[in-house]
Amino acid sequence: MDKIAGQWIIDSLEIQFEAFEKSLNGQGKSAAHQLRKKAFESLVSKGFPSAKSEEYKFTNFTKAIEKNFDLKLNSEASDLTAESIQEFEIEGLEAYRLVFVNGVYSDSLSDQITEDGIIVTSLVDEFKADSKIIANGFGKIADFESDAFLALNTAFSQQGISIQVADKAIISKPIVLYYFGDAQHNEVSFHVRNIISTGKFSEVTIIEKFDTIGTNKSFTTIVNEISIGENAQTQYFKIENDNEQAYHISNVHARQASSSNFKTFTFSLNGAMVRNNLNIKLDGEGIDTYMNGLYLLKGKTHVDNHTVVDHLKPNCHSSELYKGIMDGNSKGVFNGKIFVRQHAQKTNAFQSNKNILLSDTATINTKPQLEIWADDVSCSHGCTTGQLDMDALFYLQARGIKKDKAKAMLLHAFASDVLETVANEAIKTYLENIITERLEK
Amino acid sequence: MSKDDQILEELTSKEYEFGWTVDFEADEAPKGLNDDIIRFISAKKEEPEWMLEWRLEAFHAWLKMEEPVWANVHYPKVDFQDLKYYSAPKKKKSANSLDEIDPELIATFERLGISLTEQKRLTGVAVDAVIDSVSVATTFKETLGELGIIFCSFSEAVREHPELIKKHMGSVVPANDNYYAALNAAVFSDGSFCFIPKGVRCPMELSTYFRINAANTGQFERTLIVAEEGSYVSYLEGCTAPMRDENQLHAAVVEIKAAKNAEVKYSTVQNWYPGNKEGKGGIYNFVTKRGICEGDHSKISWTQVETGSAVTWKYPSCILKGDYSVGEFYSVAVTNNYQQADTGTKMIHIGKNTKSRIVSKGISAGKSQNSYRGQVHVMKRASNARNHSQCDSLLMGDQCGAHTFPYIDIENQSAQVEHEATTSKIGEDQIFYCLQRGIDAESAVALIVNGYAKEVLKQLPMEFAVEAQKLLALTLEGSVG
Repeated sequence: MDKIAGQWIIDSLEIQFEAFEKSLNGQGKSAAHQLRKKAFESLVSKGFPSAKSEEYKFTNFTKAIEKNFDLKLNSEASDLTAESIQEFEIEGLEAYRLVFVNGVYSDSLSDQITEDGIIVTSLVDEFKADSKIIANGFGKIADFESDAFLALNTAFSQQGISIQVADKAIISKPIVLYYFGDAQHNEVSFHVRNIISTGKFSEVTIIEKFDTIGTNKSFTTIVNEISIGENAQTQYFKIENDNEQAYHISNVHARQASSSNFKTFTFSLNGAMVRNNLNIKLDGEGIDTYMNGLYLLKGKTHVDNHTVVDHLKPNCHSSELYKGIMDGNSKGVFNGKIFVRQHAQKTNAFQSNKNILLSDTATINTKPQLEIWADDVSCSHGCTTGQLDMDALFYLQARGIKKDKAKAMLLHAFASDVLETVANEAIKTYLENIITERLEK
Repeated sequence: MSKDDQILEELTSKEYEFGWTVDFEADEAPKGLNDDIIRFISAKKEEPEWMLEWRLEAFHAWLKMEEPVWANVHYPKVDFQDLKYYSAPKKKKSANSLDEIDPELIATFERLGISLTEQKRLTGVAVDAVIDSVSVATTFKETLGELGIIFCSFSEAVREHPELIKKHMGSVVPANDNYYAALNAAVFSDGSFCFIPKGVRCPMELSTYFRINAANTGQFERTLIVAEEGSYVSYLEGCTAPMRDENQLHAAVVEIKAAKNAEVKYSTVQNWYPGNKEGKGGIYNFVTKRGICEGDHSKISWTQVETGSAVTWKYPSCILKGDYSVGEFYSVAVTNNYQQADTGTKMIHIGKNTKSRIVSKGISAGKSQNSYRGQVHVMKRASNARNHSQCDSLLMGDQCGAHTFPYIDIENQSAQVEHEATTSKIGEDQIFYCLQRGIDAESAVALIVNGYAKEVLKQLPMEFAVEAQKLLALTLEGSVG
């Protein structure tokens, strides 16, 4: 038999998993822990994805981890204070802040949410109590068999939060989850798991933001399981602007009920190697789904976006727009899958992926993928790769605009298609500023 | 029963037109595959020593390979030891003219619609016919010979032009390229060889007809086309097989080389037996086709109409090595009943200012699965590469599937690459429009499908275009109402 990829990591993990089990005492017999065990067994038997694995063909995470980490799963405590994290907050955004430091939910740094219709609890407590939230939400949407890093997270994650939005609750302010990696002294690695459930006719916006403080390496996995109720309107943002040493794998798995509306925004701006898995199941009729993404890469950053939208029922609509600008030695990867199952007649599904390469050493690997088993559908995807339009550049230069400035304007216009879909003014301005700064530098 | 179902019923009960067999005496190798079989084939073909060595090397490489499983097709595993690797119609000695050929053979080709004698006179298409692996007749040899064009069976080429074969064979598709290419290299029994000398424009279409006749045989033919500087050739390929319950295997290799300013146009109408309506029988069609644009300003164009085979696994590709070279791929793939097709192309841009164009039209009906799998790869030094890909799928019936797997890998900033794909069914409004104008539903479907595939069909040479249109109508007649 072939040697499985990442055997060395797995050997190290086996010892840690054993230690983890011992530390659990009474919790070892819970259903949640049985799931962890299964996830870990699956990881041990299948291994981490190799260079030949189709899903990680262009993103060899296993090698990167083997090379860079000894994968101790628990990072040291950190003494970050409210002041030291302030500069990373989204300016001018009225929001509830929930703060994680090195993967541990910090009560003291977070806002207390007292609004009616929303309950935020720490997953540590929920695991301890083996509560209903765990029983109904842990590993129910995200299938660990689908991804080795999801299995890793399922086996080891203890930290995280649960957000439960009641029926008909309209949450007044967005909820921002700040993840700080304190890499000032040592490398960090952590695994966080969130369980989010939104009730019927509810409205909520959730934002995740990732920052690493310090210059050491970090390895993080985040899993969000989002269950969206009937007629609910849910928005999810992911803003990833880490340091150049950040290795990050995110799994967002959502299931939508009938007539719900789900909008996702994924912004990848910096990092060493970033993988975003976005997996949405349309499990009802009359659903609207929007997936928007922007990756703005330079240096050696490697960003991989894998999205799956799975149409299970008839009369739904999904629309996806991902755009990327690659400079320096950066590498962009995009894989968008649209599945339309046999019963999902009258489906409308659209997907568009557009890329600009700014340097000869930047690369893009893209694979828009349609798999359709129903006949009465209208599906399309488009994908382009190119460079700035020389005529447009000339037009601007002819009007006395310097070349650099003109280039920035054009790139800004290219990116604004995605930015324009952001309704929240504060978030939009915040992102626009980052992008302007990046482009005009 | 609704009209849809009725028409579908009619369609699925349609018989495969070419499903007969002819009992000529055949010279066969025993079942199985080992060094001795390969020696047997090589000896039968009176091949020189170097050819046998090449085959054995390929065979040993094949033994170490694993059957690829990544394609989106499902079928029971092929037992390679249960196949016959050589079957030739018995003939007394090599035929010099058509008169010496077994009359039954000629009748066979007449039933296929390629009457060798008649075609020789009327259509001006030079035909090389391959039956159960062996080339049986090549027409128009003399006329072509005057221009310096070599068009003959592969085994003849091995005997008579060994230097050309040695130089070019395996240079585009190496013997150990992939599982089926290696198998082909080890056991190929015949095929066609075509050489167009410098500056010659081939005055007629060259055509090969393949037919599997004997039971339990695999057909492994090899085609090699070499176009020297400034030459042009248009090459056609067609194929049929009898109806049988077991699955038969067809694993061919096609290699094309185009030198500076040369242009090669390769058209295929593939109509192997697709199996019956329960999905029993049919041909496994595992083909490796690849062309290389070696010189500057060269061009290779693939056109294919795929209507047959139970399982198809085929990716005609272009390596665009010369600067300003052009690669084209036009495809219509129709699947019905339980057919599965995984087909597409690879465009590898290596030279500067290279261009490629992909037009793929998939039509799936019944319980079939139709996949497009393609790659556009722009290498680092391929400045100003340009590609446009379009792949559309048409679905008829709610039990079939259409899948698209395009890989787009760009390493050069000046590349401009576009890909678009759509999936839909025939619009009710389109049908309604036709009905309103007195065109019945069935003709309307034919009309719409034909219009849908037109972009590809118009690339085919005239003789083929007519046949392809007929085939398309036959496979799909009335599949929606």
